[in-house]
Amino acid sequence: MLTRRFALALALMPVVAAPFVASAPVAAQSERPLIVGMALEPPHLDPTAGAAAAIDEVLYANVFEGLTRIAADGTVAPALATAWEVSADGLTWTFTLRDGVTFHDGAPFDASVAVFALDRFRAEGAENAQPQLFAAIDGVEAADPTTLVIHLSRPAADLPFSLAWGDAVMVHPDSADANKQTPIGTGPFRFAEWRRGDRVILTRNDDYWGEPAAIARAEFAFISDPGIALASLLAGDVNAFPNFPAPEQIPVLESNGQFHVEIGTTEGEVILAINSARPPFDKLAVRQAISSAIDRNVLIAGAMYGAGTPIGSHMPPHNPAYLDLTGVNAFDPDRARSLLAEAGAEDLSLTITLPPPAYARRSGELIAAQLRQVGIHAALKPVEWAEWLSSAFRGKDYDLTIVAHTEPNDIGIYGRDDYYFHIENSRFDAVMAELETEADPDARIDLLHEAQTLIADDAVNAFLFVLPKLGVWDADLEGFWANAPIQANDITAVRWTD
Amino acid sequence: MRGSAGLGVAAAVLVSIIAAAVASLWWTPFPVDGFDMGNRFAMPTAAHPLGTDHYGRDVVSMLMAGAQTSLAVAAGAVAIGLFVGTPLGLAAASSGRAGRAVLMLGSDIVFAFPALIVAAILSTFRGPGAFNALIAIGIFYIPVFMRLTASSARRVLALDFVDAARLAGKSSARIAAEHVLPVVAPILLTQAATQFAIAILIEAGLSYVGLGAQPPAVSWGRMLAEAQTLISLAPQLAVWPGLAIVVTVLAATALGEGLNRRLDPRFAGRHA
Amino acid sequence: MRVLTRLAQLAATLFVASLIVFMAMSVLPGDAGLLRLGMNAEPAAVAALRAEMGLDDPLPLRFVAWLGGILTGDFGTSGTYDVSVLGLLAERARVSVPLAVYALVLSVALALPAGIYAAVRRGRFADRAVRGVAEIGLSVPAVWLGLLFIYVFAVYLRWAPAGGFPGWDAGPARALGALTLPAVALAIPQAAILARIVRTALTEAMDEDFVALARAKGRSTAGAVIHHALPNAWAPILTVVGMQFGFLVAGAIVIETVFNLPGLGRLLFQAVAQRDIVLVQGITLVVVATVVIVNALCDVVAVASNPRLRRGP
Repeated sequence: MLTRRFALALALMPVVAAPFVASAPVAAQSERPLIVGMALEPPHLDPTAGAAAAIDEVLYANVFEGLTRIAADGTVAPALATAWEVSADGLTWTFTLRDGVTFHDGAPFDASVAVFALDRFRAEGAENAQPQLFAAIDGVEAADPTTLVIHLSRPAADLPFSLAWGDAVMVHPDSADANKQTPIGTGPFRFAEWRRGDRVILTRNDDYWGEPAAIARAEFAFISDPGIALASLLAGDVNAFPNFPAPEQIPVLESNGQFHVEIGTTEGEVILAINSARPPFDKLAVRQAISSAIDRNVLIAGAMYGAGTPIGSHMPPHNPAYLDLTGVNAFDPDRARSLLAEAGAEDLSLTITLPPPAYARRSGELIAAQLRQVGIHAALKPVEWAEWLSSAFRGKDYDLTIVAHTEPNDIGIYGRDDYYFHIENSRFDAVMAELETEADPDARIDLLHEAQTLIADDAVNAFLFVLPKLGVWDADLEGFWANAPIQANDITAVRWTD
Repeated sequence: MRGSAGLGVAAAVLVSIIAAAVASLWWTPFPVDGFDMGNRFAMPTAAHPLGTDHYGRDVVSMLMAGAQTSLAVAAGAVAIGLFVGTPLGLAAASSGRAGRAVLMLGSDIVFAFPALIVAAILSTFRGPGAFNALIAIGIFYIPVFMRLTASSARRVLALDFVDAARLAGKSSARIAAEHVLPVVAPILLTQAATQFAIAILIEAGLSYVGLGAQPPAVSWGRMLAEAQTLISLAPQLAVWPGLAIVVTVLAATALGEGLNRRLDPRFAGRHA
Repeated sequence: MRVLTRLAQLAATLFVASLIVFMAMSVLPGDAGLLRLGMNAEPAAVAALRAEMGLDDPLPLRFVAWLGGILTGDFGTSGTYDVSVLGLLAERARVSVPLAVYALVLSVALALPAGIYAAVRRGRFADRAVRGVAEIGLSVPAVWLGLLFIYVFAVYLRWAPAGGFPGWDAGPARALGALTLPAVALAIPQAAILARIVRTALTEAMDEDFVALARAKGRSTAGAVIHHALPNAWAPILTVVGMQFGFLVAGAIVIETVFNLPGLGRLLFQAVAQRDIVLVQGITLVVVATVVIVNALCDVVAVASNPRLRRGP
């Protein structure tokens, strides 16, 4: 019986490994729905009241729009505001709003709605996940129905950028409280149905103020298992995965002519955060040793199957201010060992806390093996996000932890005093203060270069790689974003070409 | 697989799997924490008879190390069930109505918690791990062995020679130990082999959903879970751990049945 | 009287189980409020949210409130989804319950004929073949079966979807289609267990005097099995089915994960990960209650169907 079972298993192998030749049935073009796969399901559908990226990935730009928006190339573009100007002292911003815009329930959008929305987000104890976006705002007023004036308490050159986030999209006083379950925005798609645990369904908004969407019906299907994600694509149950969760399967999809694979960039810097409040990590030599023990290329090959770009500081290479610092504390096990000896930290034992995503868990396994090579014993502690946030992030109870910081332009977190990683560096704080007021682009880039160098030299964290955006879609689809300057799946320009 | 030949084969298979697991404590053909990115997904060669996995690790070595986790968890869980459940079952059988009712109620309550639920609860306190899986399955096994012991013991207690012993003034604890246990032991042993097999399956399921062994520990269930995402790239990686589980479970079940037939024909088949 | 005792037992079991579930869930590490608001949240906002979610009340108060709610049919509000737990459970049960029933029907349909056939042909090749197949069926991890099914039937042959659930609105054919592979993967080990039990129970019943008598009176073996042995074999079969039910539930939870089905099992894992305590409590209580009630029902039916057991122990 054993041998029979064995033979059966062997007989199945070529079947399983055979190329997938059959093709999906094709529906009529005009009304053919678009089914977009996502790894995680949003907990609710209000982008202004939660930190989960999955909320924006369904609703940003599709259902909800802000005054401004982030375009596919990462720049700030007009959305519900058509133009804006700032006073000479940088403290008063005037936004001209688009006329004739209505919410999906017919309620009109005007400056009073914008005042309501911004006041709601910046209120004391508000449920907004990004209060820092609104921190500089002192007051908001509607000068007339299409003119919004924002008063600041200090200059904030990046206000239009801040207002482009999903956490700042426009919501109406009548519908705002119900947006978690039945989101009502101004976008080119209206919310139709949420089958919890399975998918969210959007339909085209035929009353949209701008260019109508080409897709009549879009479904966002939630598929947490990477194996099922691949199978669903191959079986035609899903047409696109703008953020495919499993880099290991990209070669399979690339070799299959049915799909287009686009490996783009994101704002997600993956770091090995070091708790320098805890000895011996307060010693520069120990932190340098940890960085020098890590071979980023092995991580990218092993954890990311080759997708991902190495970084030497907290900035993705596509940023105009990027400086290549991968040579600082580069992979050098011998140096790592001698640094450890110099710091008197031989036989170091530590724990790496790992949140759930595959990039973290896999990198953790590989880093533990690399640290062993230089004499550091690393135990792995897998945790759920809730526990990571409360114990590692808030409670600062960790030695090392691996996490991607996905917010754009977030090098400023290195200046936060009570952050979960922090090295006191007065020069860095001065650079950040100068950036707040500096408007000249070249001078800003010089400051950002200096900031990157400072944190790399301090070996605040070990900087690993930038998360790739693994986009996979049916070869008959076009209009998806190649890169992810913001966590969103803007499908307003997506269309079937066949 | 009938008779002593089947029993012999099953025992031999189990012993060699145990031997491989024990050997892996000191030696595997290749280290299981040695990552070799240049040599991943290798097809079988003389050096790697079953090829290598997604980190370039030798699959044979991984299976050996995985056996260690699977067998240790299964054995530990059965031991908990056996050593906690059996005394409780004996106590339930020999105590009075009220005592029995309380004990059996406790057993019912514990039995209502599937191992998966217990493991999910435990993992939230102490993080997931092989030891949690062991405890979770073990807790689930306590009522299993308790019920079996109680029902078998009561059948023995109803027999004449027990009445004789009771008349001779022996305490019920002594009767349980001297007269009941020897009769019940073969049934328990048989059941232990069967439950050992089931524990291996439960462990695989727990590891698969992430509630069992965590890296750098290796387990067959984890190997399966990792192979799932790689199945289109390297389907053979899903075959080997699955096969290892099937062979081990078959051998343990066959051992249980063989023991059942061999040790106590009177109860043959009753607790299959 | 017996029914009353049984009901009291059931109530006691459920109460203690709910206490265990509540205590276990209430001391979880991890902050649900913080999870909702993320890394940039203000501590004041997190504190406000925690208070709103009722996470700051004293533990006994929360238990009484929770239990009181459940007794009046209110399982509370999910911390992450912000909707009623009962509604979520009902939504997910529309996948989990049909899956379990489908698997149960399949396993009975496979196991009953096979077990009867093996018993009738006891000791012969057919008997050994059934037992051999059952042994293999028992030894195959359901996860592995699911994996192979997905790649053979969904990806390669395209007979069924790879995972996910289109919803009952998509029509019963499509919905059942999506449940078929998981149900088969779930049913095979169950069928193997059941077939063995049916066979064992039948062969034991056949050894009883009255069945032997029926055969001596000229009944065929098959006739004797179906008319005399089978009615007497229900009790042990049902008892074991009851005991197996916990495995079926746990298996269903794992299989839902393998096939990405939006059932109670997936909801449980999500809720644990998100520290949605009220939701985890609701799900575990429902699972535990189902196991307890099914066990009790099987016991009662087994006793009722067997005159010898009815006299009581």
